Amino acid sequence: MAATETAPGSYIGSSVPRKEDEKLLTGQSRFVDDLTLPGMVWASVVRSPYAHARITKVDVSKAREADGVVAAFSGADLAEDWAATLPCVWLVTEDTKQPMHRPLATDKARYQGDGVAVVLAESRALAKDAAELVEVEYEPLPAVIDPEEALADGAPLVHEEFGTNESFTWKLEAGGVDEIFANAPVTVKERFRQQRLIPNAIEPRGVLAQYLPAQDEYTLWSATQIPHILRFWLAIVIGVPEARLRVVAPDVGGGFGSKLNVYAEEALALVLARRLGRPVKWTEERSEGYLATIHGRDHWQEMEFAADEDGKIKAVRAKATVGLGAYLQLVTAGTPILGGWVYGGPYDVEGYSLEVVGAFTTATPTDAYRGAGRPEATYLIERTMDALARKLDLDPAELRRRNFITEFPKTLASGLEIDSGDFAGALDRALELVDYDAVRAEQAERRAKGDTKELGIGLSTYTEMCGLAPSRILGAILYAAGGWDAATIRCLPTGSVQVFIGTSPHGQGHVTTFSQIVADRLGVPIDQVEVVHGDTSAMQLGLDTYGSRSLAVGGIALYNAAEKVIAKAKTIVAHKLEVAEDDLGYENGSFTVAGTDKSMNVQEAALHAFTAHDLPDGMEPGLEATFVYDPPNFSWPGGAHVAVVEIDTETGEVELRRYVAVDEIGNVINPTIVDGQIHGGVTQGIAQALWEEAVYDDDGNLVTASMLEYLVPSAAETIDYELDRVVAPSPTNPLGVKGVGETGTIASTPAVMNAIVDALAPFGVRDVDMPAKPERVWRAIQRGGAS
Amino acid sequence: EAEVEPRQLLVYFLREQLGLTGTVVGCDTSSCGACTVLLDGESVKACTVLAVQADGAEVTTIEGLASNGALHPVQQAFHEQHALQCGFCTPGMVLATVGLLAESPSPSDDEIRLALEGNLCRCTGYQNIVKAVKAAAA
Repeated sequence: MAATETAPGSYIGSSVPRKEDEKLLTGQSRFVDDLTLPGMVWASVVRSPYAHARITKVDVSKAREADGVVAAFSGADLAEDWAATLPCVWLVTEDTKQPMHRPLATDKARYQGDGVAVVLAESRALAKDAAELVEVEYEPLPAVIDPEEALADGAPLVHEEFGTNESFTWKLEAGGVDEIFANAPVTVKERFRQQRLIPNAIEPRGVLAQYLPAQDEYTLWSATQIPHILRFWLAIVIGVPEARLRVVAPDVGGGFGSKLNVYAEEALALVLARRLGRPVKWTEERSEGYLATIHGRDHWQEMEFAADEDGKIKAVRAKATVGLGAYLQLVTAGTPILGGWVYGGPYDVEGYSLEVVGAFTTATPTDAYRGAGRPEATYLIERTMDALARKLDLDPAELRRRNFITEFPKTLASGLEIDSGDFAGALDRALELVDYDAVRAEQAERRAKGDTKELGIGLSTYTEMCGLAPSRILGAILYAAGGWDAATIRCLPTGSVQVFIGTSPHGQGHVTTFSQIVADRLGVPIDQVEVVHGDTSAMQLGLDTYGSRSLAVGGIALYNAAEKVIAKAKTIVAHKLEVAEDDLGYENGSFTVAGTDKSMNVQEAALHAFTAHDLPDGMEPGLEATFVYDPPNFSWPGGAHVAVVEIDTETGEVELRRYVAVDEIGNVINPTIVDGQIHGGVTQGIAQALWEEAVYDDDGNLVTASMLEYLVPSAAETIDYELDRVVAPSPTNPLGVKGVGETGTIASTPAVMNAIVDALAPFGVRDVDMPAKPERVWRAIQRGGAS
Repeated sequence: EAEVEPRQLLVYFLREQLGLTGTVVGCDTSSCGACTVLLDGESVKACTVLAVQADGAEVTTIEGLASNGALHPVQQAFHEQHALQCGFCTPGMVLATVGLLAESPSPSDDEIRLALEGNLCRCTGYQNIVKAVKAAAA
């Protein structure tokens, strides 16, 4: 592959071509399902066809006798194999109700797809054939899918032992909200639905587990975003010393939160490998994954604003009622709370009130899906902004300008501090790019001539908290772990550099981006930097990839590790050149002595550190450094997105005509990779607005049960987006970077829905449920202002 | 020459009998196109073809596309235009593009978008894929 022309010192900020690509383009990638081990057997999980049913009998005897079958187990058969429940890392209140969650259900099935038995056979097909021979008797119970219905009196109880379906009520209130509302000249109140979504990483989940009895040693290869987090939780779940378990995330085909979990099948594969003494592989089928892999969103949302006549918002009061599904997966309870501090958006509000109620339902657990809590918050405030603009007859852009936070750092009413931003600059640039006045003029012209195709313009200005996260804050909000990350740089004696990172990429391009940082700082050609990730035996320290944290946390750990390497190299160089350290200059890997021709580079210092023939007294040989970085603050990207839609008012069809995204994400290491993150994120957010929805029927059957019923957008549905950036570097880290992976998803859904409602304003339409399918849009037009 | 079960799908024959794991499986409804290969030069979803149906045919998988260490122009264009992120859909997307360009050497944006409708990507939003297809066609 073509080597880049860029030289050390100029990698950061350049669109260096990705080092990951060649293997992925030529079939040399290794995803979990591509791996085979000697003696490997295949697992197939038998799943409940009912959303809610008492399990009265599980008989695996016929399956055990089938061709090629090695073993078959019910949940009861494996009851003694578990040392702890499948975990939830964030019980958001002191009294959050967490049910016992076994990898196979024994007493009741609590959602369609809940595992009840597992069959192991010599091939994929034989395992699946035999799974159909497992006989399970169920007594069906009533289902409850809607979170508000789940909280109503008399609702079927998902976990009888709690006597309620409420898992928690989480509240945050500051700034005298009730008083502000009592005296507010203007108020608005809106209610919206955040539908359930299915993440749909294109690689299905999969695991391969190996147990070596002689060493009492376990290895798990998993399609996961979180090999490190998996390692300690799975050690707890199956009751083995953490040191005996190695977790490997090989090439991983996308995640978006769906692989940020500790799943039943990961624990099952390990205990089955232990029982059988043979490697066990399980690969999810897509339709199986629609049931067995976490879903996203599922909120009922309410928002009230207290404002003055000029549109200045004084207080926000929000409520979210969240469908948790049947169990608390890793971050099920915390996911809505991840947006809990940004329900005021990028606006300067004094009063802040949020209540989040989590409800168990007989559905697949929800958990972090791209954006995780912040898309929900942003949708609610951005839709309500447009409602206030309509009420005051103000242009939505002008209303936003009147409310933006303009001075930084800024402590939000919710209590956290935004480090930097340029919301007004982003909005101005977005409006300029879309030519706002011209689009408004075209909209007016169409309306004047009675065009059946209405034009709508929708804005979304946002900020979000990512770069998870300062460990002290995580502790204060009851998250069970920290938010640091780590990197090790090892300068090899022959000149190349190995970099070990604690983040775990699955499409984000860490190998390239992180190579750019190291190559620049150490002055090494980029192809001499090797980045190692995704294996807990290669890099023990790390907290993995989610929440737009990899660069903002892991990248800073890496930067600081490079600084440690440089500092040690400087001591070595000063010793070798017989000068004082203070007399050494440093640039792009090279130490120089002013006024002389003496110089030495990091690679030469690495060789001296290796031979150790002549090091300063007491210095350890080797040139290597590890840095564990705990960020002092969250990362605060922001920006302004504008959607332009055309709606055929006779059919209800929505066509996205243009999409402009102007983001403020601090400094950028690799602009092309960043643009790609935004393209993908925006597409997922648009898809929530227009196409995607997980639908259950009244009996709790997932109706959108495969890719045939659930519309994952293709190239035929999407358009080209127009991107730009404004820059307000983060003052909290030395690279001035912020997170970017989720911004597109966070910003885009309300931009599109605001555009749709804007287009339909002449009909009095104030809301359309997502996804805004033609039928819904058409019905909204027929209903007009009547709700 | 290989013996196959009558129900064996081409994609599993390639992956599990021949060890050609570059062709991947992303769904069970012939929706995602991740398993796209060329069958006598035409792109097909290998999950929708029985292995026996490929008897006597020429199958090109992603492993066979680069020649003499040089990427195929479509692979090169995907690299240069950053048309892949996680890379799981990429073999199918590349082979679907090779199939498209064999039929229509200079497709418009709309033609490209329609032609790739059967290949899903969750990472890129397709913008750079369309750019790559155009670049490969040029």
